[in-house]
Amino acid sequence: MTDVLTEDPGRAPQRLDGPDKVAGTARYAFEQPVDGPRYLHLVQAGIARGRVTGTDTSAAEALPGVHTVLTHENAEKVNAGGELAVLQSPEVAFRGQVIGAVLAETPEIAAQAAGLVEVTYERHPHESTFGVDDHRAQSPDTSSPMVTEDLDQGDVDAALEAAEYTVDVTYATPPEHNNPMEPHATVAVWEDGELTLYDSNQGPYVVRDVLVPIFGLDPERVHVVSPHVGGGFGSKGMPHAHVVATVMAARLTPGRPVKCALTRAQMFPLVGYRPPGFQRVRLGTDATGRLVATEHSALEQSSRLAEYAEQSAGASRDMYVSPNRRITNRVVALDVPVPTWMRAPGEAGGMYALESAVDEMAQACGMDPIEFRVHNEPDTAPTSGRPFSSRNLVTCLRRGAERFGWAERDPRPGVRREGDWLVGTGVAAASFPSFTIPGSVATVGYADGYYRVEIAASDIGTGARTALTQIAAEALEVPLSAVRLHLGSTAQPKASLAGGSSGTASWGTAIVQAARAFRAEHGEHPPEGAETTTKSEPDPEAGKYAMNAYGAQFAEVRVHADTGEVRVPRLLGVFAAGRIVNARTARSQFAGGMTMGLSMALHEHGVVDGRFGHVVNNDFAGYHIAAHADVGSVEVDWIDEHDPHVNPMGTKGIGEVGIVGVAAAIGNAAHHATGVRVRELPLTPEKFLTDG
Amino acid sequence: MKPFDYERADDTDGAIATVSDDPTATYLGGGTNLVDHMKLGVAEPGKLVDITKLPYDFVETLPDGRVSVGATVRNSELAASHVIRQSYPVLAQALLAGASGQLRNLATTGGNLVQRTRCAYFQDPSTPCNKREPGSGCSALEGWNRHHAILGASEHCVATHPSDMAVALAALDATVVVRGSNGQRRIPVTELHRLPGDEPERDTVLEHGELITSVELPAPSVSARSTYRKVRERASYAFALVSVAAVMEVDEGTVRDARIALGGVAHKPWRAEAAERELRGTPATEENFRRAAEAELEQAESLRDNAFKIPMTRNTLCAVLRELTREDRA
Ligand SMILES: Cc1cc2nc3c(=O)[nH]c(=O)nc-3n(C[C@H](O)[C@H](O)[C@H](O)COP(=O)(O)OP(=O)(O)OC[C@H]3O[C@@H](n4cnc5c(N)ncnc54)[C@H](O)[C@@H]3O)c2cc1C
Ligand code: SF4
Repeated sequence: MTDVLTEDPGRAPQRLDGPDKVAGTARYAFEQPVDGPRYLHLVQAGIARGRVTGTDTSAAEALPGVHTVLTHENAEKVNAGGELAVLQSPEVAFRGQVIGAVLAETPEIAAQAAGLVEVTYERHPHESTFGVDDHRAQSPDTSSPMVTEDLDQGDVDAALEAAEYTVDVTYATPPEHNNPMEPHATVAVWEDGELTLYDSNQGPYVVRDVLVPIFGLDPERVHVVSPHVGGGFGSKGMPHAHVVATVMAARLTPGRPVKCALTRAQMFPLVGYRPPGFQRVRLGTDATGRLVATEHSALEQSSRLAEYAEQSAGASRDMYVSPNRRITNRVVALDVPVPTWMRAPGEAGGMYALESAVDEMAQACGMDPIEFRVHNEPDTAPTSGRPFSSRNLVTCLRRGAERFGWAERDPRPGVRREGDWLVGTGVAAASFPSFTIPGSVATVGYADGYYRVEIAASDIGTGARTALTQIAAEALEVPLSAVRLHLGSTAQPKASLAGGSSGTASWGTAIVQAARAFRAEHGEHPPEGAETTTKSEPDPEAGKYAMNAYGAQFAEVRVHADTGEVRVPRLLGVFAAGRIVNARTARSQFAGGMTMGLSMALHEHGVVDGRFGHVVNNDFAGYHIAAHADVGSVEVDWIDEHDPHVNPMGTKGIGEVGIVGVAAAIGNAAHHATGVRVRELPLTPEKFLTDG
Repeated sequence: MKPFDYERADDTDGAIATVSDDPTATYLGGGTNLVDHMKLGVAEPGKLVDITKLPYDFVETLPDGRVSVGATVRNSELAASHVIRQSYPVLAQALLAGASGQLRNLATTGGNLVQRTRCAYFQDPSTPCNKREPGSGCSALEGWNRHHAILGASEHCVATHPSDMAVALAALDATVVVRGSNGQRRIPVTELHRLPGDEPERDTVLEHGELITSVELPAPSVSARSTYRKVRERASYAFALVSVAAVMEVDEGTVRDARIALGGVAHKPWRAEAAERELRGTPATEENFRRAAEAELEQAESLRDNAFKIPMTRNTLCAVLRELTREDRA
């Protein structure tokens, strides 16, 4: 069945849920039809730190159609911490925190009543901004599985001292907000002691497993249903406060479901964001341009309510050779909302800094930036010494260079002008780890001439439904049309979340193993009703290899000579990401990631007003995301990569590597265009304007 | 959002009487600005009088050559109108540079003129703002003021007017025709909007209940060339950082007439009179353009985040002048 997986986008299967989505019949969380719902609207703190001293809910409660106003005074006590300890105390930890919720007959009444709740506060001084050399910087809690220890190999200071060429540069990145197309929404139904949640998330079992201890529930009696999810980019990886509030509210109205959808403005403080940060990169090379020292120190915002430590400096661990290396991640905890994962957390920001610094380093050495990277390509993973399961960065760079026309490039910055525009080109590398998470369970059954495959995977718009159906068809050696895949619900067996670009690899592995077991048990001609369930085994090769996807990002940038406006007519990304399951949806994933990278480079910026402690541009007129007119030609290419080690399919994650390196490629190209090196995202016009 | 009454007006006098008599009543055009404000709690009208069915959906050439644009003509229709594209390209370009296709399909001529500032604090009732709540203070003065004014601001308010269309109308010397309970009056568009002074809550000189019925454009000049240049970081669907509308008449390398308005720099479309004076009667040279721009910007004052607007305005103005005079110089 080699035609099930094809590299040819024209022949790759179309999205199985495409027609439903286009016709509007694919139902997202808030649209799930339930009987007689009530609606919940959240009340948010108007101060950044302090405590609620009084809540006058009388006007809100007097409004016809209002059922209940929940506050910390009447909410049930639950077993939760951090942002999920909703309405558990009068303390306010950040502006915009949930301090109440109104349950009413219509969303309009709920919203109106929320505005009528009068809150008085005791204000405490707050801190919501920080600086590059902040004295409050601290080491993150390294016992968290998401946090790695500092790395200090060799003698960085001595190596820098002795280096022939050096750069010492600091890059700044702003808060960025995930802002998936579908706002966070949840519908909670309590019936006969059973809780059903129609929720927009990146993993139904994650939601269940988080809620069970909070409310002290029997996991078997909690059902999370999420057939379609309109994007998450990390912000739906874990449930947020509104889910807890909705479950609480639903408990008060047995038999009446409760619907809650966040407004766009509420999403800014309530569903996480990429924390702002400063990254200092110091590099040194010998006379040939070979790196002798790499230091990457990141300082990023966290929240006093709960720590989130972005691992940006980790981007420099295994990228290039360097006998001396120091990697540190620090955080500053502030009175701000809790940050979270946002597409390629760590890599997106970290590789922006590293790959920009590498461009500066190449220039300092008088080398072409591609040749510089090739010259510094490691044979094995530098920090662990492990072999790479596969690493085709150089192939990506070479292929991209050829396709982009790099050979004709004049390296001098600031010398090309076409009409009113200064023109430049830039390159950056991309890397993202390949995770295959063991332990997902898949069921394969046979009835009525169809193979039924069940796994609680999530299709957050990636095309997972389609790719997993293909993987199942291939593993079972049947046509695509013979497979019926069910995902997106705790009605299916447990699966890992859609995060870290691990979905296809982890769920696909579970499906392949279940399919093989099914065939072993039931043969080529299974009896009606045959069924096999297995749990995916850890990859025996895990730990033996360094496993990453790679890419090379190229950008053409134009900067207006009079106004500083920055436009990107062309992006090219060439990726090495293992086997591509579905060329059509893969292309869309890569191009989407690159577009998000363009948006990160040019536009995205949550502006924090330190006096109030909140993001002031909290709508789409203020928080800019690339519009169609900003996106020129986005070319996606990949190399034929066979990696026998990563998992049985040979796939690597493709969801996140696409965004990595784009901002650096664009910044490098903007420098090539203008001669101005901007070290702060986003690359807005004023940063290129000279007052001459 | 607070509940409100809705009425669809079918005669002008009735609509004016309804709004004039009720201090909580207001006109509803396309609703693209007002309804947002109602959702945000910035505006809480008790009654909306929908004027989009009143007979102001026309673009007509008057016998004397002037063009009259009805107040309810949608921005997209106006931009597509033949006479506008033909004779007032600066206006068509300004309209098309604004908002998005969907918004332009709803937005009306009257509503576009009277739309309110996009200052983030104005739009957020949880922060102080003199324009929204007189006397509460101006959060932008020492806050996020990247989009704020460099000309004509006051210590009470540093907001900018967001309209692109109004900037073009200012350069065209358009006149706004207004009706109220005391009859009709005509206001040059350059005098419709106010500077904030110590009454930032008043955007325009309109009295409560006054209805814009049309906008009149002077007869087009055959020898004039005009254009609109909007500078913004996002290539579409973004408000201007700065914009320039210019109508120029150049004869044998000498500027005969220059009418220039700037957007994104002040509480109103800013007619660049100092620059115009510098330009009139002088050779169309780069040096003179720059001198004119600098004359205009002499009074400019920047805030924490918007100093860039001074060179950006200067450069954009010079670029526009260069473009409009290019052939004539050749
Ligand atoms: C996301 C977004 C982006 C935008 N981008 C741009 C942009 O780039 N450039 C730009 O110029 N604009 C932009 N706009 C603003 C848009 O142009 C205005 O919202 C629109 O022009 C308002 O027209 P309306 O008919 O919808 O007004 P409404 O919302 O109906 O009314 C606005 C105000 O005008 C009053 N009013 C309406 N008609 C009359 C009348 N005839 N007489 C007296 N008072 C009247 C109303 O009472 C109300 O106070 C944007 C808007 C949004 C939401
Ligand atoms: S600039 Fe004007 S609109 Fe903005 S906060 Fe100040 S007073 Fe309000």
